[in-house]
Amino acid sequence: MKTGFLSAPLARTAAVILSVTLSILATAQDGGVTITKGAVRTIPISVTGYSDEVRKILEFDLFVVGFEVNSGAAPQYRLAGSGQGEVRGALSDVNTQQVLFSRAYPGGSPRAQAHALANDVVKSLLQIPGIAGSKIAFRNLPGGRNARGELISEIWASDCDGANAVALTSDGSISFGPSWVPGQLKLFYTSFRGSRPEIYLQDLRSGSRTRVFSFPGTSSSPAVSPDGSKVVMVLSRGGSPDLWLANVDGSGLRQLTTTKELEASPCWSPDGRTICFTSAEGGRPSLYTMPASGGAMKRLNTGGVTQCTEPDWSPDGQWIAFTRAAGEFTIYVMPANGGSAEAKAAGEDPSWSPNSRTLVFTRRVGGERRLSLLDVPSKHVKDLGCISGGCSQASWSK
Amino acid sequence: MKFSLSRVLLLVTAACLLGGAAGCSRKPKGLTPLPAGQSGSAGPVGEIPLTPGNGVGTGTLGGPGNGTGTDTPGSTGLPSDLDARNFVQDREKFATDTVYFDFDKSNVKPQYAPNIPRVADYLKANTSNNLLIEGHCDDRGTEEYNLALGERRALSVRDKLMSLGISGDRITTISYGKEKPAVVGNTEEAYAKNRRGVFVLLTPPASVR
Repeated sequence: MKTGFLSAPLARTAAVILSVTLSILATAQDGGVTITKGAVRTIPISVTGYSDEVRKILEFDLFVVGFEVNSGAAPQYRLAGSGQGEVRGALSDVNTQQVLFSRAYPGGSPRAQAHALANDVVKSLLQIPGIAGSKIAFRNLPGGRNARGELISEIWASDCDGANAVALTSDGSISFGPSWVPGQLKLFYTSFRGSRPEIYLQDLRSGSRTRVFSFPGTSSSPAVSPDGSKVVMVLSRGGSPDLWLANVDGSGLRQLTTTKELEASPCWSPDGRTICFTSAEGGRPSLYTMPASGGAMKRLNTGGVTQCTEPDWSPDGQWIAFTRAAGEFTIYVMPANGGSAEAKAAGEDPSWSPNSRTLVFTRRVGGERRLSLLDVPSKHVKDLGCISGGCSQASWSK
Repeated sequence: MKFSLSRVLLLVTAACLLGGAAGCSRKPKGLTPLPAGQSGSAGPVGEIPLTPGNGVGTGTLGGPGNGTGTDTPGSTGLPSDLDARNFVQDREKFATDTVYFDFDKSNVKPQYAPNIPRVADYLKANTSNNLLIEGHCDDRGTEEYNLALGERRALSVRDKLMSLGISGDRITTISYGKEKPAVVGNTEEAYAKNRRGVFVLLTPPASVR
């Protein structure tokens, strides 16, 4: 029995709802957000009657899915309520005066109440699940080196708006590449704490961890299959950095790629059948796919965009986001079967939200790495802020 | 799970800093779950408690079949099972033999090719010693890609040594990607100094005088 943020049936329903939603939105005459290039529209909404704390949470949650909150533009929808005592919310259509819902959110903290209301607005107007309640894991570089000369980095997790951050490691070593086990409060990551890179699995409820993979050479970039049973990772024990597949308990290890050049950054298709990754096999880093059961690598057409790394497959299966690692790094999004890739924002290392709409990614600001959210249809970008020293490698819980 | 007071304060402070964008104007108190089922919201809105890592993982291996150290090493060109942690590490011995790489390349450049035989000759003359090769990258490139690239560089240097007759069993590798730069900075000069392969001499503890 999994103990997830989204139950498996709910996630499946969400995927179905989203695919339907996209086609509806694409033909909407007014309102809604078009997915097509060039004609991106946002939804103006007024939010009134809340305490500063609740209003800021609502503004954040709605902005990162394409709403313009109290922007001065004539609002299309109105959210009115009270942040005194329990949070209440009445959502109405300004033009038709129709009340879409009116609810109270008793119990829990004001923060949790505000998030629940935001999710209801998102579900009502976009027909997709909201992201409030999901988590991100990331690495923090507090600054400084250990006795071995390594730049210290630790793994953290927080709510997806950056609140409730918790340090998950305090090893004073290199911690690298956190990756969620889908539907569970567990993370795989690489740690150098034992003087060489080894892959750990940590339970975030108990805080306990297990060293699952320990080999000579490099061990990095673990990514768990959507059903939570398998992990693909980069190991060099075959003579070069290749993709290897194993069961999450460490058993059943086998080699997937056998190139002389490096492979990196594997991710899974949501059906668990295909792995997308970076390979330098063609001379420059490019995106490839291969069957998760093994087989031939196939280069993805990225529409002429070169230096492609760090792919992440959207949970609805439709999109692949990746980093163009040239000059100022850029986040691109393209259809999952390749084709025309569209630049979305300056940054790197994208990870999809559970509802396949928003990305968390790394932005470099004055030489320091920061985490930001990017709403793909509207291109809204919102910084999460950061604990001291810079953050990177965000992974959004699925 | 026990918390020290200082740790709790640190976490609270960090949470407030992180939560700034979302209006963290109060102490983040508690991790109270919202009562379920009182709204039509999609998905349980989580204030799911996370437990800070205890940092004292015992390194328990994941059970049978995890493959730690059962491969045939060396002669096939595969990385050996040599574990550098079991040796005394001397970073000075070959300090002047560090090799440098071009951007996104892992081949040993001609001007550094003479460094390789010097290291090989020492290993041939000192058969109780082994070698660790560190691969490093500059600050460009993505973090994950660079970790793989650093390993590719270290293995490329290892191949050169093996071609000179040094057994692969005696050489192990580690990549630091961009996580252990020689020079901090975002200049071409700093980049060039950071794209490197470093030789570390390994001596069995018993033979250290």
